[in-house]
Amino acid sequence: MPRRVTRTPAAETLPAGVDGPDLEKVGAVVGDLDPNGNLIAVLQRLQQEFGYLPEPVIDELARLSGVPASRIYGVITFYAQFSTTPSGRHRVCVCHGTACHVAGAGRITEALEQELHVEDGGTTEDMEFTLDSVACMGACSQAPVMRIDDETYGNLTADQTRAIVRKLMSELGVEPREPGAAAGPAAGDGGAR
Amino acid sequence: MSAPAPGDGVRVEVTGGRDGRRRVSVCAGTACVFAGSLKIRDAFVEELAAAGLADEVEVRISGCHGLCSQGPIAVVSDDETYYPRLTLRDVQQVVSEHLVGGTPVEKLLYVDPETGERVRCAHDIPFYRQQRRIALRDVGVIDPESLDEFLARGGYEAARTALTTMTPEGIIEEILASGLRGRGGAGFPTGLKWKFARASEGEVKYIICNGDEGDPGAFMDASIMDGDPHAVLEGMIIASYAIGAHEGYIYVRAEYPLAVRRLRLAIRDAEERGYLGDDLFGSGWHFHLKIKEGAGAFVCGEETALIASIEGKRGMPRTRPPFPAVRGLWGKPTNINNVETYANVPWIIANGAAAYAELGAEKSRGTKAFSLAGKIVNGGLAEVPMGSTLRHVIFDVGGGVKGGKAFKAVQLGGPSGGCVPASLLDTPVDYESLAATGAIVGSGGMVVADESTCMVDLACYFLEFTQKESCGKCVPCRLGTKRMLEILERITAGEGEDGDIERLERLATTIKKTSLCGLGQTAPNPVLTTLRYFRDEYVAHIDEHRCPACACDALIVYTIDPDLCTGCTLCARKCPAGAISGDKKQVHRVDQSLCVRCDSCRAACRFDAVKVVSGPEQIAAALQREAEG
Repeated sequence: MPRRVTRTPAAETLPAGVDGPDLEKVGAVVGDLDPNGNLIAVLQRLQQEFGYLPEPVIDELARLSGVPASRIYGVITFYAQFSTTPSGRHRVCVCHGTACHVAGAGRITEALEQELHVEDGGTTEDMEFTLDSVACMGACSQAPVMRIDDETYGNLTADQTRAIVRKLMSELGVEPREPGAAAGPAAGDGGAR
Repeated sequence: MSAPAPGDGVRVEVTGGRDGRRRVSVCAGTACVFAGSLKIRDAFVEELAAAGLADEVEVRISGCHGLCSQGPIAVVSDDETYYPRLTLRDVQQVVSEHLVGGTPVEKLLYVDPETGERVRCAHDIPFYRQQRRIALRDVGVIDPESLDEFLARGGYEAARTALTTMTPEGIIEEILASGLRGRGGAGFPTGLKWKFARASEGEVKYIICNGDEGDPGAFMDASIMDGDPHAVLEGMIIASYAIGAHEGYIYVRAEYPLAVRRLRLAIRDAEERGYLGDDLFGSGWHFHLKIKEGAGAFVCGEETALIASIEGKRGMPRTRPPFPAVRGLWGKPTNINNVETYANVPWIIANGAAAYAELGAEKSRGTKAFSLAGKIVNGGLAEVPMGSTLRHVIFDVGGGVKGGKAFKAVQLGGPSGGCVPASLLDTPVDYESLAATGAIVGSGGMVVADESTCMVDLACYFLEFTQKESCGKCVPCRLGTKRMLEILERITAGEGEDGDIERLERLATTIKKTSLCGLGQTAPNPVLTTLRYFRDEYVAHIDEHRCPACACDALIVYTIDPDLCTGCTLCARKCPAGAISGDKKQVHRVDQSLCVRCDSCRAACRFDAVKVVSGPEQIAAALQREAEG
């Protein structure tokens, strides 16, 4: 029997503008997969559907399948792919593979942190962008590389990166952030980490 | 056009389409896609339509051609003309002059850096000429989404031979005789692994293909999976019969969506045409294959962790024995091999074990695919016989160090491997010789470092990676790597202390000896090898607060050389922090309190006037010079 986990009602913790998940969908998304042996595939489907894995969805999955919520959380927190917080409408991924690292990927991430006003791994307040680092995209000869949604960019410099996101922000009608002012954690400390 | 010399391996062939049409083959390997090859493909389609050739010339994609640093690459079927680094404007010219006019566009052809001459065909380019391709035999050659092209190259014939004319024992003998060893890194003899799995008792057995290629800087397996997916399937079919497994899984890394898509397509096509499923080749043998997508955990490349992950659990390794050959997936005997290993199998069955064993070194037979990355001219994918020296791979195939800088080291085997210095460049690439240097063959990633790469920073980078990816099950790996990382971060921040090097060495030894799985047992290797070959760099960071490569942010300053600065104001305009000041045509200066070390000014300066210096004395001298200038 699934145990009941009492938590804060999820709706109150959701950021403004994000609707609560439609729990009716959970059963349909799981479909014919048995969550007991295919938990990862089930969670991948659910994340695909909801964009992330909100608490109520996990509880619903536990209720439907009989897999304890603790085990589901165990799997979610183990794998980098899963997220329990909603991500931005646009995903900015900077490659931090070895080739990209020696080609200066750290400076690309720093430039993005400053331009987008968000820490690596975080989402902007307006829910437009999520900034992420990934291990290796396998495009080492174009290093350093990044991906914004489905668009890919190679042979980057910090300067070009800034130009790319500024252009994107203006296309989206998003106010550009004043660089330097209250920027990400990398600014103002001399860049040392 | 000269024919390749005997023994030369690779031919980038795009003989006309199936119906004899002329054809343009655009590389859709990951790096070329990043360089914009899909737009190039679309442009070819548009331009050909505009020229009225849409029906006569076919445009298709291929897997990775290998010479990724020349991307985007397209090959035209007329004499296999090779066009590197194409732009959208070039496409127009290739269509009008070559495909319509019939004359190859000379100025767009590859330039041989040695001779300065234009080269028309890929197999005359030194990078390709020096290779011997077995695992990559059809990668970049066929359209990975076409089963017919795979069949036209003899695909599934080895599986047919194996299943209809050979016994399982006979196949295992053949693989043993070939000397094939696991290409995932550990180098365990493949035939022996199969023999154990076959000998294990049990009605139900499984085989698994490990496509969780997680080493940053390695992309061979990705290129095989998305460039020649049927080769992996064929290898697995043969293995399934040899071992006695009717079910198989391909576990693919989450970050490889293209590989997943192509493998799914390949499985569907193979099932439809009877190459997968029941009664294969009329032999009565049945084999079913499924794909499992990983979810982003490096440790899942370890076989017991991978099995846990397929079962839908946290991907944590367990102690061995029992080995998977005895108790693996769902508790049943299981054989796990890597993508490249399986891709070699059909070739061995088709050409015989002796042909394979003829290549390579004494204990390491055959060929090995490597991904060449970092500060190397010919970045990309190369396959060479085992036993070739590092010098051959990096300089003859790889074309040497980019930008004319000095070679410093090559990092092999990713986070489990090590850095090999210039003095050991003549080391043959085989399992035993590389292990003696402290590095490993590993999955085959080679990242070249030049004088601007800090070896302490590189070691720190890998430790950060393994620390983040440690599953946390055993203490030495979970806590030990954390302590090592803290020390390394302190050293690169200029806060190293006396005794740090000894502490690192002590921790490294303990972690290697006592960790549960391969991740922990090899995690200290990047630190140990850099300490062994580049100890002076550690000492410089700790004792002199100086980073010899001028790469560690905390130990460097950016200054402007007054003799070289022309006052063009470009650096000041590029600086995101407003740290550079100076009037037009006047020498500029960097305000050190505002500088964020983003490197934008140095990258922008056309006069090489922005200097990066490290070390208290050097910095004082440079600042004084700037002040006086």
